[in-house]
Amino acid sequence: MKKITWLIPTVYIVFLMMPIYWLVNMSFKTTNEILGSFTLWPNNFTVENYVTIFTDPTWFMGYVNSLTYVTINTIISLLVALPAAYAFSRYRFLGDKHLFFWLLTNRMAPPAVFALPFFQLYSAIGLFDTHIAVALSHCLFNIPLAVWILEGFMSGVPKELDETAYIDGYSFPQFFFKIFIPAIAAGIGVAAFFCFMFSWVELLLAKTLTAVDVKPIAATMTRTVSTAGYELGLLSAAGTLTIVPGAFVIYFVRNYIAKGFALGRL
Amino acid sequence: MSLEFHELSKQVYDEVHIAHTDLSLNPGVFNVLLGPTLSGKTSLMRLMAGLDQPSTGSVWFKGQNVTGIAVQRRNLAMVYQQFINFPNMSVFENIASPLRIQKLSESQLRPRVEKGAELLKLTPYMHRKPNELSGGQQQRTALARALVKGADLVLLDEPLVNLDYKLREELREELPRLFADTGATVVYATTEPHEALLMGGYTATMREGRVTQYGPTHEVFRKPHDLATAKAFSDPPLNILNLKRTAQGFEGEQGLSLKLPPFQNVPVDEYILGFRPHHLQIQGNAKDILELSGEVTVTEITGSESFIHLKWAEHDWVAHTQGVMHLPPGEKLELYVSASNCLLFDDQEQLVPAQV
Repeated sequence: MKKITWLIPTVYIVFLMMPIYWLVNMSFKTTNEILGSFTLWPNNFTVENYVTIFTDPTWFMGYVNSLTYVTINTIISLLVALPAAYAFSRYRFLGDKHLFFWLLTNRMAPPAVFALPFFQLYSAIGLFDTHIAVALSHCLFNIPLAVWILEGFMSGVPKELDETAYIDGYSFPQFFFKIFIPAIAAGIGVAAFFCFMFSWVELLLAKTLTAVDVKPIAATMTRTVSTAGYELGLLSAAGTLTIVPGAFVIYFVRNYIAKGFALGRL
Repeated sequence: MSLEFHELSKQVYDEVHIAHTDLSLNPGVFNVLLGPTLSGKTSLMRLMAGLDQPSTGSVWFKGQNVTGIAVQRRNLAMVYQQFINFPNMSVFENIASPLRIQKLSESQLRPRVEKGAELLKLTPYMHRKPNELSGGQQQRTALARALVKGADLVLLDEPLVNLDYKLREELREELPRLFADTGATVVYATTEPHEALLMGGYTATMREGRVTQYGPTHEVFRKPHDLATAKAFSDPPLNILNLKRTAQGFEGEQGLSLKLPPFQNVPVDEYILGFRPHHLQIQGNAKDILELSGEVTVTEITGSESFIHLKWAEHDWVAHTQGVMHLPPGEKLELYVSASNCLLFDDQEQLVPAQV
């Protein structure tokens, strides 16, 4: 019995970590080693792939572009979702429950459905190949999610807290920024995390709505063949670096997410 | 008069929360709002605070019509049944919050907050966040905030309900004293009649969205104007017996005879007799007007006293007696009600004054 208690988590973690290990493993190999032989760890250890990424603008600008539109998107999503979620959690109005559900159904459509309309619209109004174009298109998926998460957290705050603040003499803006926002800080963290993650991993819209100037890392990374032939080592290094921001964000919000689960919203 | 309602009513969709109510509370005293759950205590308080707007009628405070005036601009404080504090602020900041908004300087604010904290025994916890406090301490923080604000009107909506018994008893004693010095008009909502009696001051009884009576607590208790007030002010519930007037005197249900002299000046033939549980005696007395034999259903014993639940005809009654009584269910028990302890109501459920 005692053996099994460490065995099962170990097996679980090994399975989970396997693809990530293989990615990291490949990123320290040369393309020749990857294609030529099966090795469990790099025989000719090299950081050449990483050096290329950090020195070649076509590579590192991919990260800059991605981080830019992801950040813009997260900010827009939260700015829009906060008042919306407040309204849903605090007021009853005609059709509020239907509207709330309809907002969520936006997430049911695959991004591919919206690729063409977005592409045509943005081309027509001159937004094509800009950061804001990708950020806005991702809002379609992230705002409903953020509203839904935030509404859960806000409904966990009794409305008597609002009233107590008003009785104390707080105006609505004072209450909202000094008391309410800190009270749901965990929810904002969780919502930001999900917006960030969706926007960071979303490939199709990001690829469709950009060409040269703001090409995201996901697009750069998925062109498997370049003029230099297969560059598997380089692509692996890019993939490894793509995981890093997500891992960071997860590390910082892990406690909040647990709280979100406790509230039954995630 | 400090706080007045004129023809106040509140309706939410089809539901009447407050029916036409006229009331004026005495200034600077401790007022208890007594009524069972759903009787409209909280609704009335929210109207007092201006958190809700009345459907009709007006609210006056210190001679001014404050209906429709924003909560922020009224000088009041409120403590809820739930423990409501600002989660991101320390106890000190929580208590100081209304004073900060009034833009008091640190040197003016600090002594007031510290005094309030001391009165509510919060001094050792000033730097803690509300979620690091026990329930009692959290509610003390909320009470301290209401206390230091120096509000003209303090609304306490069943603030002690969620506390354990010991704490509740302790705070119940302190509360009227704490607010007595502030000169504020305090309104304290509760469902428990004995709490109203302990708090003293004035009591307004509520039933089904109406204030049935307002006056000094003991007066309301001893001379309820109507059946609703008597019911609201009785725990365990008031025992009730229907009476008919006959040529010989009064007759209860099932031909029960009462030694109540007939009186002719009131032109009503049907009456309701009410008597409180501790007036339903198990020992006879010369002044008794009623003797009957009830059947025991349950006996609750709380150390030094017993609550005997009885059945008589269609009625469920409770007799509250001193001492421990072991009575098996089904046992017949002789019961007596004395004349001075009866409340007689007419068919409109109004008290018939001094009939005996």
